This record gives sequence, structure tokens and C-alpha cells, in this order.
Amino acid sequence: MKVLLSWLKEFAPEIDGDPVSLGERLSHLGLAVEEISILGEGLEGVVVGRILDLRPHPDAERIQLVDVDLGDGSATQICCGAFNMEVGDHVPVATIGSVLPDGLEISQRKLRGELSNGMCCSPAELGLGDDHDGIMILPKDSNGSSAGVPIAEALGMQRDVLWDLEVNANRPDAMSVAGVARDLAASLGIPFTYPEYGLAEGKSKLSDLSSVEIIDPTLCGRFAIRAASGVSIGESPLWMQNRLISLGMRPINSVVDISNYVMLELGQPNHTYDLAKVPEGHLSIRRANEGETITTLDGEKRTLVSEDGVIANIQGEAIGIAGVMGGLSTEISEKTTDVLIEVAWWDPPSISRTVKRLNLMSEASMRFRRGADYGENIERSLDRIGSLLADCGAEIASGVEEDTGNLPSRDSIKVRTRKINSLLGVDLSAKDMKSHLESIGFEVSAKKEHLSVTIPTWRWDTATETDVSEEIARMFGYENISRSVPKGTAPGSLTEYQKNRRRVREILVGVGCDETMPMPFLAPGDLRAAGLAEEAISLTNPLVQEESLLRTSLLPGQLKVVAYNQSHRVEDLRFFEIGHVFLDSPDEMLPDEREHLSVALVGAHVSEIVDLLYVLGSELALPNLQLASSELPGMHPGRAAEILVAGKPSGVIGEVDPRALMSYGIDGRVAWLELNLGKILSGPLGKRSYRSVSKYPSSDVDLAFDVPESVTSASILGCLRKAGSNLLQQVKLFDAYSGNATEEGHRSLAYRLRFQASDRTLTDDEVSALRSKCIQLVEEKTDARLRL
Amino acid sequence: MSEYQKLIDEAQSAADSSQNAEELGSARSKFLGKKSHLSEAKKELGKLQESDRAAAGKELNEVRELIEEVFEQREVALQEEAWNLQFESERIDLSERLESLRRGHLHLITQARDHLEDVFVGMGFTVAEGPEVETAWYNFEALNIPDWHPARGNFDTIFVNLGSPEEVMLRSHTSPVQVRTMENHQPPIYIVAPGRTFRTDNADATHLPAFNQIEGLVIDKGITMGDLAGTIDSFVQAFFGAEVKSRLRPSYFPFTEPSAEFDISRSDGSWLELGGCGMVHPNVLSNCGIDPEEWQGFAFGFGIDRLVAMRYQLDDIRELVVNDARFLRQF
Repeated sequence: MKVLLSWLKEFAPEIDGDPVSLGERLSHLGLAVEEISILGEGLEGVVVGRILDLRPHPDAERIQLVDVDLGDGSATQICCGAFNMEVGDHVPVATIGSVLPDGLEISQRKLRGELSNGMCCSPAELGLGDDHDGIMILPKDSNGSSAGVPIAEALGMQRDVLWDLEVNANRPDAMSVAGVARDLAASLGIPFTYPEYGLAEGKSKLSDLSSVEIIDPTLCGRFAIRAASGVSIGESPLWMQNRLISLGMRPINSVVDISNYVMLELGQPNHTYDLAKVPEGHLSIRRANEGETITTLDGEKRTLVSEDGVIANIQGEAIGIAGVMGGLSTEISEKTTDVLIEVAWWDPPSISRTVKRLNLMSEASMRFRRGADYGENIERSLDRIGSLLADCGAEIASGVEEDTGNLPSRDSIKVRTRKINSLLGVDLSAKDMKSHLESIGFEVSAKKEHLSVTIPTWRWDTATETDVSEEIARMFGYENISRSVPKGTAPGSLTEYQKNRRRVREILVGVGCDETMPMPFLAPGDLRAAGLAEEAISLTNPLVQEESLLRTSLLPGQLKVVAYNQSHRVEDLRFFEIGHVFLDSPDEMLPDEREHLSVALVGAHVSEIVDLLYVLGSELALPNLQLASSELPGMHPGRAAEILVAGKPSGVIGEVDPRALMSYGIDGRVAWLELNLGKILSGPLGKRSYRSVSKYPSSDVDLAFDVPESVTSASILGCLRKAGSNLLQQVKLFDAYSGNATEEGHRSLAYRLRFQASDRTLTDDEVSALRSKCIQLVEEKTDARLRL
Repeated sequence: MSEYQKLIDEAQSAADSSQNAEELGSARSKFLGKKSHLSEAKKELGKLQESDRAAAGKELNEVRELIEEVFEQREVALQEEAWNLQFESERIDLSERLESLRRGHLHLITQARDHLEDVFVGMGFTVAEGPEVETAWYNFEALNIPDWHPARGNFDTIFVNLGSPEEVMLRSHTSPVQVRTMENHQPPIYIVAPGRTFRTDNADATHLPAFNQIEGLVIDKGITMGDLAGTIDSFVQAFFGAEVKSRLRPSYFPFTEPSAEFDISRSDGSWLELGGCGMVHPNVLSNCGIDPEEWQGFAFGFGIDRLVAMRYQLDDIRELVVNDARFLRQF
């Protein structure tokens, strides 16, 4: 919402202060200032030019040559990129040497060989509103608009201040100049009053011309009309056009402009009908029939549902969508002479639903959705529109026709001073609170312990004690609330889960992995290209198709990251990611959402990622970490295993399927692990208990086995550990090879076993017995044989 | 002595001409070994008169010591030479780095999130988390945003094809975590909820459809708006520095009342809007099974990505999701 200082002063003439400090005050009232503009400055050197001739530029299609009379009767040539003007039009011309409000300095230029001696200006270039589309055409009947007159004089502009305010959804009142003035006046401690409009009514009686009826009282709280006859549709007065432009609206014609002007001024959206097109001048308000159609002002034929509201004529035909958009059949045209003016209060949730369903946002519907004023502002707005139409020569029929439906309760509410003080952390008396509230139009009677508060009709959103507390805080000033800290805080901490997750990150960073954080969206086909199942939860309203699915694995996203980096010739790629994946959970409304960890080591041998897993396993004390070789989706069929923690499947490890790498355009191999981090960190983790370090000497024994491919090293290790029991202090695979010395399909695996007792030196006989026991168990349980 | 001076000189020259430990050893045994002149002379001592024997023995010992010293010195010198040779042959230019060892880097968002969590943990908060896909109840209704409410439009929600239309969505803020915490725990509650959030914002230099927020929630007896302002102030000083100030301005959120925006001061004296906050709306407390007459509280929240972009002066926030290693490794 934009407001002008001069307009605010019509309601609070004593407003005084510099634009910045008044802006600060507005911000502290909750009307955040987004921009401050000073109008009517920086327009020296901009004058009215009368267009004498228009002709094409010989060498440029998008530029035309304009001859203007700048008051001396001679033709001055300007090159102009706009084409919306005609010979005889008056336009603003920035002459050579002038500087526009945005800092642009005008000089003589040559454009493709043609001289340009100035610039024709759009409203935006003059700092008047947002309209960039075309040159500003000055109204022909304005007094000062003869060629050569300074533009400020021609437009009747005075120095003014424009604040662009961000108005929150709970402030329907502040969607008007008057509402902002009320707040500002209260904050400055100066009077706020509505001007007298002095409407002179004509002889005809409205009740003879028109009638209204609310059929559905839940839709419409009040519906009031006036009528004007003898209306001539023309341009609105220049001062009105200037204000509309400043507030960001484009002048259309006198009736539309007056309607918009009063909406901006008093916050009351209104609608005008061509009375001749409303049979018997009768309007009724009802819900739409399911499937009923109406052609709206924008020419669209719209189909309605039963929760929409409509205004219907005496034949029962819908001629407008309540609070949202008028119908084409009763639109004001150049031939219109008699006009019906409607000001109504609509049930905000009803309007909201229709606006959302039809996607029809407008200045009017925005105000209705937030809750317009349902009090005397309705009559005030009708009178204001009437008086402005009368100023343009119309005659206003006497009286107002009105019907009422359900209105918000106006019962006073009880507000406890103790609760307000406790909520805000202040110590205000009932009297203080009363005066803060009364300054913005609340009616208050104060007892010692509580206030009885009647909410003004322009604050539909305000209904409870808490709502009132915010008004008191606002007027008291948030900056005046003294600061404290909560007293009851216990020590804070991270959970074990969060600490362990940080530990995982530290380990991975420590081994040279960079953390990635791609967005969790996938494109259709991403999962299939990675060799994974295609089922994924889809988004209803994705921004782009490439981001229309929720990932079920971290693999596709990470492969994209690898491919991106390879394509940018970045080397030594080692990545990890911790993020959520989303699996459909048919019995639940929400997906099965899991926190996963993935690691991708590009170009690394698969054994490196296995080592990394065991580092993580030992650091986190994962109970019984095991690998079970398996063919897994997305993984190299011969180089993959399922990760088991405490016997439960908890992830995959191995090498990414080379076919998937090819699909993603990745060179080389990628060692990969993906763990259900949420599951393993939430499950039981092993305990670390002290084991004393033996003081006695240890003995090493090397055993090499001839191992067929079907036997895993893990199974041999299992046998060795079992046989060696607690005397086997350490066992390690130190050599593995296959070649000439081994049988076809076999390999040689050599282990170094270290035996040590905690209480004595092991004898040679003991070590020898242990050795035999180890060999025996391996040969008994597996097809591996000791190499001799 | 003079008769031995020649011997000493000869030993000296034999030692000096020895070029390694082996040569030195044989030279040494030549002068000091069992068959050396000195050893022979020692055997002859017995033949001397008793009166001369002591003096001659003393002289012999002195000569032996001198010769031993000659060889010892030469041994030390030879050793040193050998070391020097080895050192010279092993000389390496340490600036020839192979860069075989590299520590990885935490993502900037993680770094910022950890820092924020640490500051709040220090202030007595715990860290709460929740799902990224949520129901309308947790994302809107429990937060006092009924389906017709104009504020729903402000959230630009990304919906998910589960349940009935617009019933399941990617959370548009981390406030659902607050609701879940209040539903499951009786006060006092002191939590921050960091996490990923989603809106239908087209990715550009300052927007991402997936971004990160952190929100705080305090519910306890007698919590006031002054406590809110004070907590924000403490946080701002701990995170941004003691010289940074904060202020609250009236605003509107359906889930808090009174509501405020909070700004932080910049070195040029202007204010920067950081986030939103307010006193938890009694409807929200009731929706979560907490009696608003007994308990009061406040909530606040702000974006982590924006904070990161500000702190590191990123000119394009999309860097945070592209994951170019050349970007990741800078921090």
C-alpha cells in the first residue's frame, strides 16, 4: 500500500516531520516502509511538448522521430522508442541539460544519424507511479498544458512524499490512506478526523429506482447502494489522476477512477453497475448454483461452484461474482448515464475460497479477504463516491438502499490487565492500556483488573484478548519493552544421535571427503538411469519437470554432482552427503522418510570404501558390522555387498554399476556406500569397556590359505577369531594374490595372527596348539586349505 | 717422550690417511694392538730398574692415551663426514608438494547450522528435528492457519501427491517441528529446530526452492515478550558479535501474537531484517494440548542460507546446491 503525505494530511492535518523519521514511525507501527520517494522534485527542465509530427526513423525500426513544439512554435526533433502518441498530443519532454529523478542526465545525442534534442517521458521516468509502458499523454483539458509550461505546473503537482508500505494480512484498515493516517496520528498524538464530503442529493428517490435483498446472510453482512444519474463518462480531474498514478493505478475514466480513488482513500472496495442494464434496479445476493456460469468483466466465461457468492438480477441471473469481479453484462460503457454504486461487506473466508479457486486476485478481493470495514465507513464511502460523481456533474438520488446479513459480533470482550502485562513483560495500568487502545478507535471501559473492549468495525481480524495485547504493544512501542531472558533454562545439549552424526561428518572430512547438499528433487528417469527402482513420490506442483520427484536414494543426486564436477575438470572427487530420502509407505499418510549417509570415492578401489566403512563402524561402535555379498540395484554385480548392522540390513556398499556411470556420463569407477544413518544411529550402539594392555610378550604366526572363490575372507577370519578366542589379540590379512601359484579360480590369502595372554607369557607349545586349532577350524568349516 | 713423538706423528698421519672405519680400524690396531710397538714396549717394562719403571710406565700410558685420542678424533670426523655425505645425497626440496593428503570440507550450510546450534545449546536449548514431508495439520492448521486464510498463499507451498489434494506437502517452514515437540512433551520447552524447507520459488541468485531455516521455541511459566527480545539480543551478540544490536518491529504471523520482525544493526547504522518472531498464539498452544492460561512462550525463526550468503558475500545463492567442488573446498 502506498500513501502520500498530502493525502494523509486530509485526515490528520497536523502531521509533521521529515520523510525518514515519519517512515521510521510507520515501520514501528508495523507498516514497514519499503521505499520513500520525494515527488515533484527533480522535474526542472521537464516541460509540456505538443507533438507536431511523427515519422519513421530512416535507419531504425524501433525508434520514431518526433517533432515537438516546446513553446516557441518551432519543431524540435526527438528520437523516441515509444509509439503510443499521436500528432496533437501533449507529452512531458525532458529538455537538454535536465536531470530526471532517477539521475538520468539529458543531453543532445545522435541515434543512427538522427539528432535527439531531449526525451519524451513515461510516468515512471518522472517518478510518477510504476507505468513504464509508453509515453505519458497529458489530459487535453488541463489548464496549464500548453506547450512550454513546466510539467509540475501542468500537472498541478506539489512537492509530496510517497511511502510504499508493506501491510500485513491482519491490518485490513491499513489498506487505505485513512487507516494509515489513523495509526500515524495516534502515534504522533495528534487528531484524526474524516473530512465532511457535503453530498447534495437530487430529487429522485433511490427507493423508486432500486432495491436490494440478501438471500444468503452467511455470505454478505451488509449490501448498500446509491445511484447517480446524468453521469458523463470522461476523464477524471487531473489531481485525481495524479494521485492514482502515484499510488500505482492507471487512470481509466471518471467513474472507474472515482471508484478506485475511494477504495484507496477509505479502504472500501466498491462496484458500479450500468443501471439501465439492471432490470428494475434489483440486486439480490446468494450462493451460486453448482455449475452456474457467468462472463466476468475480463471477458472470461467462468463456471461457479455452490460455495461461491454471486450478485443476481431480478431474473435470478448472476451478474457479478461477490467480492471478486463484476459481470460483463452490466459493465459501464461510454453510453452509460445512470449508475448504481455498490458497497458491501463480504464474509472473508467465502471470498478467500473463491479467489483461490478462480485464481482471481485483485485490489478489491484482497481487501475483502482481509475483512473490510462493516461499519459507517460503508455509508461514508457511498457518500464520497456520490459527491465526487456530483462534482463531475451527476445527480445523486436521495437515500441509500441496504440489506443486512450476518455481521461479526460487536459484543465487548474482557481483557485482563494482569494477562497483558504478563504476556508483554510490562507494567501498564488499566488507564494506560485504555488510552493506547482509544487512540486507534477501540472503545474501552477500564476497571482495575480488566478492560471491556469493543473492537472497531475496521478491525475484522481482531477479536480476542491476545489480539488486543498486540494493539497495546504496538501503541506502547515494541522498542519500549524492557529486555530480559527466561529464568528457568536447564543446560542445553545435542542428543547422542546429533553428536554421532557430527562425528560421522568429522571422520569423513578427515579422510578428505567434501560434503555436498544437492536438492532432494529428481527428474523422471533419474532413478532408472542409476539402475534403481523407478517408484517415487511425485510433487503436485513442481517448478520444473527436472525437479518433480522426491529421491528414494542419494545415488542419483550424487552421480549428478560427480558428473558436473568431472565435466568441469575438477579432480580428486571424494564426496559425502547426509540427507533425507522418501519412500512410499502405503499404510501411512506420510512417506517413510529416512536420513541416509552416502559416500562416493571417485576412482578409488572398492576396498578403500570398505575400509572407510569399518573406520566408521569402529568409531561409532556399530554392533556386529558385517558385509553380505549380494547383487544390488545400482551396484556392480560382482562388487557389492549389503551392510548388516546387528544382523539387520542397513545399507549397501561396493562399486556403482558401470552402466549407471555411463548413463550419467561419468569416467572411471565410483566406490559407493549408502547407509540408513537414522536407523543405525538410533539403534543400540556397542559399549566401549576398558581392556588392560598385556605386559607379556606376544607371538606372531603367519598362515596362508589356498581359498576357492566361493569362500570369503570374512568367513576365514570368523574361524580364526573363534579358534583363537581371547588369546588371539589381533589378526590381519597381509597378503592376497591369485596367479600362477594358485589353482584356477583360487586365490591365496595370508593372515598374520598375534597371540598374547594378559597374565603370562605363552609357551611355544601353547602357541603351536593355537595354530593347529586355527588351521583345523578353517579347514573344517570352509573349503580353504593351508598352503604348505 | 721425544722418542715417542715420532710414533705419535706416525699414528696421526695413519689416522688422517684412513678414509673409512675399516682402514681406521686396521691402522688403530697397528699402533694400539697386541703386536704394536706400544704393547711390545709395555712388555719390556719389567726389564727396567724399579726406580725407572714407574716413570717409564707413566710415559707409556700417556703416549697410549694420546694415540687413542688421535684415532677417536678421526673416528668422529669420519662419522661426521659419512653423515654429511648421506645428508647431501638425501637433500629434498620440500616445496615439491604432492598434495596427497587433503582434509575435506563441511558444506557451508552445515558449518552455519552447527555454529547456530552451538550458540543455542550454550543458551540452554536442545535441538529438535522432524520430517520434511508434512501434513496440512502440522504445516498449517495446528499453527492457526485455516484453509481459507490469506496467509496460506504467502507460503507458496510445494504439495506432494499423497492423501487428498493439498493434504500432504513439503514443509514450508520448520514450525511443524515445534508442533510435534509440543504434542509430545509437556513444558518447559526450550528447543531450536533447524532443517530444510521448501517453497515454489524459482531458483535465482537470491532464491532456492529448497532452503534451510532455524526456528526457536520457548514455552514456560511467565515467559514474556521482554524475554523474547532479550533472547534474540543474546543470540545476536553471541553469533554476530557483541557490537551488533537487535530490534523488534510489529508484524503479523498467524501462529504468534504479538508478532514481530527482528532486525540487526549493520556497521553503517542501517538495519537488516533477519527473521520473524512473536509470542506463541494461544490457539497454537491449545491445538498442541498445552493450556495457554498456565504456559506462555515465544517463537522465532530465520533463514540459514541467507545468513550464509550474507556472511560470505555469495553473489549467487545457487552455489549452495550446485556442489561444485571448487566452491565447496573454499570454506
